[in-house]
Amino acid sequence: MGQAVKSPAGSSVKWLLSGQNPAESSMKPPRQKLIIENRSGLFDMDWSGLWEYRELLFILVWRDIKVRYKQTAIGVTWVLLQPLITMLLFTAIFGYMAKVPSDGVWYPVFVLSALLPWTYFAQAIARSGESVVVNGRLVGKIYFPRLLLPLAMIVTPLVDFVLSMILLFGLLMYAGIPLTWKVSTLPAFILLAMLTALGLSLFTSALNVKYRDVGHAIPFVVQVWMFASPIVYPVSLVPEQWRWLYGLNPMAGVIEGFRWALLGRAAPDPVVMAESVVVLLIVLIAGIVYFRQMERQFADIL
Amino acid sequence: MSEIVVRVEGLSKQYRIGARQKDPGTLRDHIVANLKSLLRRNGHGRLRESAGSENSPEHAGTSDKFWALKDVSFEVRQGETLGVIGRNGAGKSTLLKMLSRITQPTRGRIEIDGRVSALLEVGTGFHGELTGRENIYLNGTILGMKRAEVTRKFDEIVAFAEVEQFIDTPVKHYSSGMYLRLAFAVAAHLEPEILIVDEVLAVGDAAFQKKCLGKMEGVAKEGRTIFFVSHNMPAVTRLCGRVICLDGGKLCRDGASHEVVKAYFHSELGTMSSREWPDSLRAPSGEVARLRAVRVCDENGQSTEKIDIRRKVGIEMEYEVLKPGYKLMPAVCLYNEEGVRLFDSLEHDPAWRGRVRTPGRYRSTAWIPGNFLAEGTMFVNVGIDTVEPEIAQFYERQAVAFMVIDSCEGDSARGDFAGLLPGVVRPLLHWSTAFTPESIQTEPMMSGPQTRC
Repeated sequence: MGQAVKSPAGSSVKWLLSGQNPAESSMKPPRQKLIIENRSGLFDMDWSGLWEYRELLFILVWRDIKVRYKQTAIGVTWVLLQPLITMLLFTAIFGYMAKVPSDGVWYPVFVLSALLPWTYFAQAIARSGESVVVNGRLVGKIYFPRLLLPLAMIVTPLVDFVLSMILLFGLLMYAGIPLTWKVSTLPAFILLAMLTALGLSLFTSALNVKYRDVGHAIPFVVQVWMFASPIVYPVSLVPEQWRWLYGLNPMAGVIEGFRWALLGRAAPDPVVMAESVVVLLIVLIAGIVYFRQMERQFADIL
Repeated sequence: MSEIVVRVEGLSKQYRIGARQKDPGTLRDHIVANLKSLLRRNGHGRLRESAGSENSPEHAGTSDKFWALKDVSFEVRQGETLGVIGRNGAGKSTLLKMLSRITQPTRGRIEIDGRVSALLEVGTGFHGELTGRENIYLNGTILGMKRAEVTRKFDEIVAFAEVEQFIDTPVKHYSSGMYLRLAFAVAAHLEPEILIVDEVLAVGDAAFQKKCLGKMEGVAKEGRTIFFVSHNMPAVTRLCGRVICLDGGKLCRDGASHEVVKAYFHSELGTMSSREWPDSLRAPSGEVARLRAVRVCDENGQSTEKIDIRRKVGIEMEYEVLKPGYKLMPAVCLYNEEGVRLFDSLEHDPAWRGRVRTPGRYRSTAWIPGNFLAEGTMFVNVGIDTVEPEIAQFYERQAVAFMVIDSCEGDSARGDFAGLLPGVVRPLLHWSTAFTPESIQTEPMMSGPQTRC
């Protein structure tokens, strides 16, 4: 018999081989039956559904990227300009005026190496938070695993991120900081950022469908979060006794990792890293469960 | 006998109506409301609703729940084209949404054997900034086709839509006709085993609708199973061998298309010639006008189902005007048994035409002259638009119906002819004949029945 696989609309999809006698089944391929009914399982996750709809994921990402770059005349330049200006601003305020220490690294490089993953994270959170609501018409008219929506919005800001890395590499060259093998670990850290963003946005996108003020609160939360992350200051500035609390922020781990990989300084604080990963996984799994529960109501509300 | 591909058993869907379900409140309101109820419960030892809040807690009464679909069961075999008809709000769209996995049933189950593609709207996912070419890929993938499939059918799709010249211009520059054609073209080239179509044909001009119908017939001929929901009765009888009728969420009829459609018209709901909406929440309504009742009446003002062909018949609309300062345009549309639209009539009462209406209850009657309509059953749609700006307030299809009867007493348009008289109208015309007595060479008499043209 086939396995029981749960379908994304909260209903259970049992893939069975329809009962045919062996003589017949050599002629026709076995048909698969789909059963739709009310199920409220807690942990149903339709992996096969996500795989089946993978092309839709690509198309959603492609659509978003294409539309974004079609509409802006400045387009690519803006992607580079934004982090550049922010970096200059922060350097002026925090680097020179406030004289925030930066672990011995030249401040602009110090802050930019954190700004880039942060900008990616902030954009991913913002976009996927509203992804379900923005695509409301689609949700009401077509069936597809709804998880693809926040998932797609996690992927699209990567394009901006990769482009802005050019700026960072340029700056590193200018500062005379060599690139080592550690740079190859960067994708791992970005993956951490992606998963954090995904976990969080599974909550926010689902909540936002029912309660629209969640969407409005996100920008504010992101702002506050930025200062809770070691962007303008290093983790070493955080008093020892509070570092464990600080490490609960997964982005702290991501940024530490980035700095370690790019700037060749001291290894990241292992406590912070470990905490980040653990928190991230918890949020992700809880997010998936929550999203799947709420998914059933989306079409009814939107 | 072909196998069963869709089996629906005891399918039911419950919704909560009103602000609760549709309009999301804010998280803050929700939390506050729950806190309030918690405090009240502690304070008074019993539960009380928090008045006015959109998110008042669960115990705020059960009147805000209703069954969009209740206990629907039927089976569909491979290759069948099943029509789904019923009034607005009967549950047709809910059924389709559940079949296409968009929404989850409250009770019951559906078993489906085969790939399903649902066409609940044309142009879903189309993005104005992208070109026709890009939108074909976008829409095709959204509808479930693989990229390779879209590429393979690309030229056919463009040819069907007749937009070869404009395929690389952004869709926001397309005319509405082109947009529709392209959207339908993509959808028309889906190759699912089971296709679900919801009133898609209601949009577009006559040429477009004809094309859609033709394509659907093609799909049916290929042996695919089709679910077709429409108000377009001629399309339903043309495409579907079998029709199910939904009413108030329940399956009320299931059988051969002509029979079910006919029965739907000569309805089971008691008198078809009078309909009322006593509950103002359920009445068809826009912001300015709300329909309360529609009646068919004879020349004496009596509500009646049967009208003598020689006598005038009145379609009476009772409606309320809710806001001041608007001019209204009430309209009545008549269809015959075959779904042919006989005419639309807009209000011409000189006392009210072009005048701003003060809020209140109105009763407008449109009088159709006697000796004009043909025999048979007539179905009436009613609607009201505001004039400036032109906004539809409501449009109630098949609100009432009546039968036109000719008792063959000799003074109607058929005169002494007792046979089948075709024609969508049957006016009693004035004939004038002049006669000149002269000797004429007589022709041999024709034998056999006369043929009339």
